[in-house]
Amino acid sequence: MYPARFAYDVPGSVQEAVDLLGRYREEAKVLAGGQSLIPLMKFRLAKPARLVDINRIPGLNVLEEESGVLRIGALVRHRDVERSAFLRDRYPLLASAAPQIADPLVRNLGTVVGSVCHADPQGDWGSVMLALDAEVVAQSTRGERRIPVSRFFAGPLTTVLEPDELVTELRVPQPLARPFGTYLKLERKVGDYATVGVAVHLELEDGVVRRAGIGLTSVGPTNLKAQDAEAVLIGKALDDDVILEAARRAASAADPTSDVRGSAQYKREVVRVFVTRALRQARAARAA
Amino acid sequence: MERTITVTVNGKTHTASVEPRLLLVHFLREVLNLTGTHIGCDTTSCGACTVLLDGVPIKSCTFFAVQADGRRITTVEGLARDGELHPIQQGFKEEHGLQCGFCTPGMMLVAKALLDENPNPTEEEIRWAISGNLCRCTGYQNIVKSIQWAARRMREAPAAGR
Repeated sequence: MYPARFAYDVPGSVQEAVDLLGRYREEAKVLAGGQSLIPLMKFRLAKPARLVDINRIPGLNVLEEESGVLRIGALVRHRDVERSAFLRDRYPLLASAAPQIADPLVRNLGTVVGSVCHADPQGDWGSVMLALDAEVVAQSTRGERRIPVSRFFAGPLTTVLEPDELVTELRVPQPLARPFGTYLKLERKVGDYATVGVAVHLELEDGVVRRAGIGLTSVGPTNLKAQDAEAVLIGKALDDDVILEAARRAASAADPTSDVRGSAQYKREVVRVFVTRALRQARAARAA
Repeated sequence: MERTITVTVNGKTHTASVEPRLLLVHFLREVLNLTGTHIGCDTTSCGACTVLLDGVPIKSCTFFAVQADGRRITTVEGLARDGELHPIQQGFKEEHGLQCGFCTPGMMLVAKALLDENPNPTEEEIRWAISGNLCRCTGYQNIVKSIQWAARRMREAPAAGR
């Protein structure tokens, strides 16, 4: 399958890239890992007149902590997250999710930022970033804008980005206390989209939850943040009553539809089971 | 508008003028006539089109040839040296790691990338490495055995697995 014809630019800097996006706006699409965009172009579901290939811009592969945040640059591949020993210790949710994205070959090219910008409600990283309260950094010729991921998704495959904006990085707040994180994904086989995915991030101090984040995949028009479930955890110890109440609230935040992967009722039940399982894992990890 | 790219494929440098929309798999098969790289699903699912990009396996049906400008590609044709099969190819022969052979180039290239990095992988690590490549004949058992065979041979004679 051949994509439709397009013009191709390879900017060497963020400034050049945003100049191009400013000039061509809706005509242009950003090419990073290409693992969602290129299949869409081959099916001709997307026919951008121009691709702005950011792969040769130096510095966009940044993956490091700086002034209270973890910076995940626009060219950080799923593979980079999967292989980072540092992230396993400091950001266990990122380390848990990375090896569950697509398959190894796709992970070698696809990017975390690209996946979030693609805004597929079945994408995994959006839920992870919602759980981590991450922020999107968008640049354009008009300057820089920071958007919390919780306000980034406008609908299926749609974000609040303007056509001239380039997302240069995601920023994840550094943990203040010892973090726990896990991504639980039900998939039919490697490389399939999640039937249901649940991202849980917790920071505990003296057995009490200081920060809690829960993101849900494939159970709504966008990745969802289970805010009511998060709220019930804050300031509490992880006893069974608290865990079951959080799981119940997460399940009611889910808004799944029935499809080939399962009925809406089934998916909501999986959310409840996964949140319970993750929180019990957090409790067990603390006891160990 | 066409662009001129220079790509090193299996150690040989090629310069060509290509349309930006030309996928790497078509560049390899139709411009360079390297038809060992197969087109299977054409939708980033099956891994039949796997090649190594600077040593890292990717799906060449989901990568534009222009993106490969200045980079190094290895295809299945690059495995054998001087008429000698690569130990991974020998392994697939010895352990009957293929039936129809359609997935085999991709399987061998992910095996190459794995063994270059991890000369003594566990069965689990092998299965993980090939999890992006589909085989509809073998049930994978003999593919795993073939890669284990190659790993043993390459540990015994490292020069054979360059």
